[in-house]
Order: sequence, then structure tokens, then C-alpha cells
Amino acid sequence: MLSVFAQVDIPDIQWLPLIPHMVMAGSAVVLLTIVSLAGQRLPDWFPSAWTVATGLAVLATAIPVWLRLGDELLSLSDFSTAAGAIGVDRFSVFVNMLLACTVVLTALIADGFLRREKLDSPAFYVLLMLSAAGGMTMASANNLIVLFLGLEILSLAVYVLVAMHLRRAESQEAGIKYFVLGAFASAFLLYGIALIYGATGSVNLADMGEGLSGFFTTPEAALSSESGLPSLADSGVDEGLFYAGMAMLLVGFGFKVAAVPFHAWTPDVYQGAPSPVVSYMAAGVKAAGFAALLRVFVGGFARVTEDWRPAVFGLAVASLAVGSVLAIVQTDVKRVLAYSSISHAGFILVGVQAAFAEGSRSVMFYLAAYAAMAIGSFAVVTVVSDPGDEGTTIENLRGLAARRPVLAGAFTVLLLSQAGIPFTVGFWAKFEVLSAAIDARSYWLAVIAMLAAVVAAFLYLRIVVSMYLESPDPDAPRLRIPPGPAVAIGIVVLFTVAFGVYPEPLTDLAKHAVPIIVSVGS
Amino acid sequence: MMGASTVLPVIIFLPLVGAAAIALIAPSRSTVLKPVAVATSAATGALTLWLMAAFDANDSGFQFTQLTEWVGSAGISWHVGVDGISLFLVVLTGVLFPLAIVACDPPHDAKAYYVWLLVLETGCLGVFLALDLVLFFLFFEVVLIPMYFLIGSWGHANRKYAATKFFLFTMLGSALMLVGMLALVILTAQQTGEAVTFNLLELAEDAGALPTITARWIFLSFALAFAVKVPMFPVHTWLPDAHTEAPTAGSVILAGVMLKLGTYGLVRFGLYLFPEATRYFAPLMFTLGVIGILYGAVVATMQRDLKRLVAYSSVAHLGFIVLGIFALNTEGLEGGLLQMVNHGLSTGALFLLVGFIYDRRHTRQISELIGLQKAAPVLAAVFTVVMLSSVGLPGLNGFVGEFLILTGAFVAHRWWAVVAAAGVIFAALYLLWAYQRVFHGTPDDANRSMPDLTWQEKLVMAPLVGLIVFLGVYPKPVIERMEPAVNALIEHIEQVEGFESPTVGDRPEGSFEELRTLKAHHGDEEEGH
Repeated sequence: MLSVFAQVDIPDIQWLPLIPHMVMAGSAVVLLTIVSLAGQRLPDWFPSAWTVATGLAVLATAIPVWLRLGDELLSLSDFSTAAGAIGVDRFSVFVNMLLACTVVLTALIADGFLRREKLDSPAFYVLLMLSAAGGMTMASANNLIVLFLGLEILSLAVYVLVAMHLRRAESQEAGIKYFVLGAFASAFLLYGIALIYGATGSVNLADMGEGLSGFFTTPEAALSSESGLPSLADSGVDEGLFYAGMAMLLVGFGFKVAAVPFHAWTPDVYQGAPSPVVSYMAAGVKAAGFAALLRVFVGGFARVTEDWRPAVFGLAVASLAVGSVLAIVQTDVKRVLAYSSISHAGFILVGVQAAFAEGSRSVMFYLAAYAAMAIGSFAVVTVVSDPGDEGTTIENLRGLAARRPVLAGAFTVLLLSQAGIPFTVGFWAKFEVLSAAIDARSYWLAVIAMLAAVVAAFLYLRIVVSMYLESPDPDAPRLRIPPGPAVAIGIVVLFTVAFGVYPEPLTDLAKHAVPIIVSVGS
Repeated sequence: MMGASTVLPVIIFLPLVGAAAIALIAPSRSTVLKPVAVATSAATGALTLWLMAAFDANDSGFQFTQLTEWVGSAGISWHVGVDGISLFLVVLTGVLFPLAIVACDPPHDAKAYYVWLLVLETGCLGVFLALDLVLFFLFFEVVLIPMYFLIGSWGHANRKYAATKFFLFTMLGSALMLVGMLALVILTAQQTGEAVTFNLLELAEDAGALPTITARWIFLSFALAFAVKVPMFPVHTWLPDAHTEAPTAGSVILAGVMLKLGTYGLVRFGLYLFPEATRYFAPLMFTLGVIGILYGAVVATMQRDLKRLVAYSSVAHLGFIVLGIFALNTEGLEGGLLQMVNHGLSTGALFLLVGFIYDRRHTRQISELIGLQKAAPVLAAVFTVVMLSSVGLPGLNGFVGEFLILTGAFVAHRWWAVVAAAGVIFAALYLLWAYQRVFHGTPDDANRSMPDLTWQEKLVMAPLVGLIVFLGVYPKPVIERMEPAVNALIEHIEQVEGFESPTVGDRPEGSFEELRTLKAHHGDEEEGH
């Protein structure tokens, strides 16, 4: 046995790109330690403030990595670290920053909520940061095993978060549901990884077969590259195993991003889980899932784009249709937003389907925009819900405009942004995705997506109607808005409107955030 | 004196600034809300009048243009300008908004009401002045929000249904237009090998670069969006609900300005960007226009609700405008453009008058109104003038527009013009009949004491009646400013397509020889069966 250990090489590691990951995960552990030691002596707001500070620290440490990657003198080996297991590119940095932002905003929303529900324990924040660390790993993984590790870290933490509301049966039920189905999906993913390993002899995206991965900026480049390469079978890939594995991976990712037909858990879990957790799930978990999907499919399986594209096309159409149509008949705002998140997943899949640089950047833009809209919307739901996390029906929002005009206005902006109305960031998100789809000649998909957007607009309007056009319940208690959610809602509304009027900075960031997968050579 | 190139942004954003100012006024000072709204919209109106005076009538191109890069990476720019086609729609917007604001006071939530109206004005002006496709689309779509809230919050009994229907119908159309727009721009860039640009002028230069079939599909996506907005038969069903349920000012703006967004879009983007597809689909479009004329007229005749009657008369009038546009000659197009302005004035005025009646009587049912002429002679007199303008009586503005449209249509497609002319007779029928039922006769107790127009209402109606008469007697100032731009557009279509616009003096299609051959051919087919 000893001789086996002696053979292990410790690879060279560039630490700079790993610092954000370490800050996120390390901070969670440190928080747990501090709270265990200091116990009750800490002020109420401490864990939340610590989490916000951690998120900001991750942002700060990610910026140097982003800037360094703009250097043209980088060599190929600079684009991965830890023996090629972790990719270093602006794509992963972008997703890391996005996750850090969702952590900050979720912590702000959760602060008042947890105290109102008498659930204040640092466990929430520890799990939140651990989950985000897992998501960051998923977005950076060039190695499928590392990707699976990231996914499990992310998921396990979220299973617990969903069931966090101890005194609420729905929360427990949602936790179980999410756990069982999630474990099932993880199994699919793991089996897919095994099959792909069997087919290609590697779990590293860069080494899976000659020219399988890589990043092609245009379909033409992919074609010309393919013509110069041996076919999959000739380059030593077992095609049957490979495609079976690819399908299983798609199932696993489809579950995480809540794409139809792997969406069945979404409405129940969103309704049952504590509202701040839902805002993190809609924004953070979805972003991490899509990042992994893009990294593996658009980046890793770039050469077989034409083979996985029809499957993603199908997922996109199903998600758009089911998400938009079923949302209409819901009466609970959380369920409405759950179905709308499925519909948004469909929109993002339209961008994935477009593939290549165009598709990738449109997905990045959409993820950032959707994160803001979703967090803001669930923050509003958190604030207006009754104690016990009940009372989230559309009825409860009746006449909100008369009771709390600013809150109603903010919610309206976020809903209109989700509907893709001009001068909101949601419009540009749809604009980017549709451009990418049309660039990839998927005209019908673009048409279907826009039809679904009109159907979805109806459900956002229903909420607006309830807030503005119906008179408030005279017995409704006065709504208290704690400072944390107020700040979070303010930030996302500002984001929505500012980038709605001038989206250039965000498109510019998204443009550079494309996955780069290069072999370091062995 | 402001620089010529900054006047358009000032016109577009002045109402928005007013809206922001109103939003910031403290609730305790609610009496200043209306003066601020009136002042802002009146200042905007004055600027549009200045624009008309400063407009160079001999220039067929865009004037007062301003071009700045906005979202450079996507080829989107802030590009505004005005030409003979958009000038009078801008002026119409500038004139109708202050009048609508002065004429009607909201029953509640005055602050939000004025904010939405002024935001709406910015949106409408933006649509008419934008020369970038995305900019146009943004304004085109964003006007839905203020209108939605105006109908939804200050409308009548069935307002929620009407507001939602209005929003979804219009959004459905524009959703597909967005896809078409992106396809147009991206495919054109791929064909020409140039950078992606949404600049209308550059795209128009490349019109014809796309394969014919592709261009036709994209034209359809644009045409659907505009057809919903116009609204053309059969996608008009949102209009009666929205118009009837909207508050008076909302109906005035909806009919006067917002319906023109559709017809303007057809001219500016349909004809200009897709000359070949326009020609190809012209028979479909003017057939739908003619159906709209007859259908609108027949349904209007049947209405029991005075406001709904006026709403359906819009469907008929807009049918005329579409017919004129797709005649694809100078007379038809000019008539269509002129009729857009005329319809804005006369239908806007009709909605105001119906609103005045409703304020007094709290009903719009024709059966409950009788003999108003005795109770309110001034109102009746104004109503007569406006109604006759809507009917198309010579000497009033409606006649000039309809005459030009019918001339253009007759030259291009004789039999459609003949059928459309029947619509003029129908219009006389339903409007005169309604007038007779409402204003003539002996008033019963409920109608006897109805007060006449107040000085404020007279003040609002005076400029409208003045314009109706002026444009009927002397339309030259308008036509001479339109003509160069219209001729340039016709030339553009001919140039790209190699198509000759049917003009007076050409032998029209459907001549007797052709008809005879057609009949003979038809007979052959029947024999074959």
C-alpha cells in the first residue's frame, strides 16, 4: 500500500484562482467555529453580517483573477490548475462572482426572516456559504469527478436548507422530496460520468478524446476543426457508451436547473422551503447548474454540438411550454414564481442550444439578470408573508400598492423585468438569448420562446392586477419591512433598471465569460 | 435658442421630466399636480409646433437627427430624426396630450394618473422619432405599461379584463416582431458581411440583401405586430374593450395617438425595409383593410353603447388608412398619412365629447340619451362638426384624406376602392343615426337638465374644431411637408424592387380586357369540372 502513496504526484498548483473558493468554504467553517465558541455573546446580526462580508471578500479576491485572465501573454497552462482538474477562465470567475452576489443578497434577506420565524441559528449561513462553495467548484471543474464533488456539496447543503423550517411540515416535506429526487438525479449524473469514462478513458474534459472539447467561437470553426480530425470512433471513443453517458449527464443537470421533464419537484419545494432559501435556489443553484451544463456541453463536448443540440432543444421547448402554461393556474405566489423559474430555465436553454461563444455569453447575461429578478421577487414574498412563512397566496398581495407603494413598485419592476418589458434588464436578457438563437439559425425556437414569454406575461400581470387594481383587506396588519430585505430589494431593483437602460457593462462582462478548456498535456 | 439636433431628445424626454417632477410632489400639495402636468405637456406641444415651423419642407430626408452609440457591442444606437411622414404624428401627439389632460380630471389617485399619462407621451413621441430598430421597439413596447395602468386603474366596470386583454394582444404581436427584427439584422449582417447594426437608414440601404422568402417571413412578423396595434381585422378584438373601458383621456390617446403607432410602423418599417414583401403582401393587406372598413361600419351600426360605437368606427377608419398605405402610390400614401392625423383629431374629439356626456349623465347607452340638443346646444353643435368630419363631409378634414385614399386605391385596385367607398356611406349611416337618436327629439326628465359645455371644455374643443375645419379647407401646409418624404419612399420601393407605382394615367389592373380574360378562364375551369 505504501508504494501506492509514494507514487502520488503532488501537482503544481496556482493558488490565485483558488483563493475565492477557499474564502467561501473556509469562512463557513470559521463562522461555525466562532459561533460554537462564543455562543450567545454574539449580537443577532453577526452571522448575517459575516456572510455578507464573506461574499464581498470573494468578490474582491475574484477581481484580480478576472483582470489577470485579460493578459494576452498567458500560456495555455495558465487556464487550469490542480493538474487540469480546475479550469481557470473568466467563465468560472463570472459564475463565482454571481454566486458571491447571491450569497450576499440571500444573507440580507434571511436576516430579518430567520429572527421573525425564531430560527436564528448560524447553521443557515454556514450551509449557505458551503453550498455556494460547491457551486463555485461546479462552475470551475474541468474534471467530472471534481464537478460531481461540487454538485454534491452544493446539493447536500441545500437539502438541509430546504428543511430548515423546523415547525413547518411543508418545509420538512419539501426537504425529503428534494433530497430523494436530488439523490436520484445525482445517481444519474454519476452513472453518466462512469459511462463517459468508460467510453473515453478519462474524466478530464480536456483529455477525453482528440478534439472532443475545446472552444469554438463559431459553428464554422467547429466544422472546420472536425473535418481535420478523425471521427469519434477513430479517436478511440466508444460512441454508444459516450452518447448514453451524455444523456445521463443531461438528466442530472436538467434536474438541478429544473428543466422539464425533470422539474416535478420545483413547485412543491419552492412552496415548502423557507422563502430566503428559495431565492438562493432560484438564483444560485440554477446558475451553478447552468454553469456546469455549459462547461461540460458547450465547452467539453463542443465537437459533438450537433448531437446534443436536439436534446437541449426538446428540453427548452418543454420547459417554456410547461413553465408558462402551468404557472397561470397557480394561486400561490411562490408556486407561480416556481413555474416561472421553469419557464426562465427554458429561455436559458434556448441560449445553451445556440452553443458556441454567442450562446455562452447570452446564458451568462441571462443568469445574472435572472438572479437579480428572482432574488428580488422572493425577497418581496419573504417580506409580505405572514409569520410561519404562510400567506403567500396572490390574495395576500391584494392592494399592496395602497399599503406599501414603494414595495409594490419594486415588485412590479421585477415582475415586468421577468416579463421582458423594455428598459429592464430582463428585456436585454431575452434579447441576448434570442440573438444567439437566431445566430444559430434556430428561428422556430426563438418564436416558441417569445410565445411562451407572452403567456408568462399574463401571470406576472395577474400579480400586478392584484397589487394595484384590487382594494386592500382593511384588517391586514401593518407590514414591517426589515432593513436587510429592504437593502437587498433596493440593490436588485437598481440593477434591473440601470442595466435595463444601459446594458453595455454587463454585456461586456458576459462577452468575456466563455469557458476555455485546454489540455495541459501530460 | 436650442441647437437643432438636441430638440428631439428634449421633446421626447420633457414629459418624462414632468412625470418625475409630479412623482416628487408632496401629497399635501395635490392642487399643483394638474398645472404641472398641463404645463409640461403644453411645453412639449409648443416644441412640436416649433418643430413643424422649422421643418424644411423641401427636404425629403430626416431632419434634426441625432446619432449616438448606445449599446455598441450589439450595434444599437440612440438615433432619432423626423421627416415628413412622422412630423405630423409628432405634432398630433404634442397637441392631443395637453388637451386630454386639461379636459378630464381623474376621480382618484391624481398623482399616478398624471405620471402615467406623461410617461405615455414620452413613449409615443419616442416611437415616432426613433430611427433605430431596437430603440423603436423599446418605445413601442413600453407604451403598454402606462396604458395598462390607465385602463386598469381609472377605467370603467370591466377594466381589469380590458387592460389585460389589451396588454397581452399587443405583446403577442410585438413578441414575434422582436424575433423578426433580430433575424432581419443578423441575417442582413451575414449577407453583407458588415457589422451588426439596428440603424434603420443603413438597413434600408441593404433592403433586398435578404433572400426573398426570408424577407417575406420577417415582413409578416412585423406586419402582425403592427396589425394588432392598428388594429386590422381580424386582430382588432381588443380595441372595443380597451376603448370602452378606458377613462376618457385614455380613449382619446388610445384612438388619437396609439393606433397610429401601428400604421406608422407599417409605413416606416414595412414599406421602407421590405419593399418586395410589401408589394407581395399588398393584396392581402388592403383586402384586410377593406374588410375592416365594412366590418367596422356594420358592427358600429349595431352598437347600443355610444363609446363602443365610436370605437368600432375607428376600426373602419383605420381600414381606410391601411388601404391607402398599401395602394403604394403617392396619393394613397399621402391620404393615409393625412387620415392618420384626421382620425386622431376627429375620433379624439368624439371620445372627449362622449366622455363629457358620460360625466353628466353617467351612462353611455344610446337608448337612455335623447334630445340633448335642447339641453346642451353648444355640445350638440360641436358634436355635429366633429361627427361630420368623421363621416368625411367635404370642407372638413376627413374628406381630404378619404378622397386621396380612394383616388390612390382606385388607380391601384379599382374594385377594392369601389367597395371601400361604400364604407363612407355606412359611416354616414351609423354616425348620423346615432346623432339623431341622442341629440334629436324631446328630452325626457333625465336629459332635460343636462348642463352644456363648461368654458374649460369649450377651450379644449376649440383647437380641435379649428384644426378640423382648417385642414378641410386648406390642407396644403400639411401635404407639402409630407410630399417629398412620401415621394422618396415610393422611389425607394421602386428602386429596390424594379416595381412601378401605379399612378393616375396608367391603365389600372382589372381593366375590361383583363376581366374578360379572367372570366373566360374561370369559365373554362368550371367547364372542366
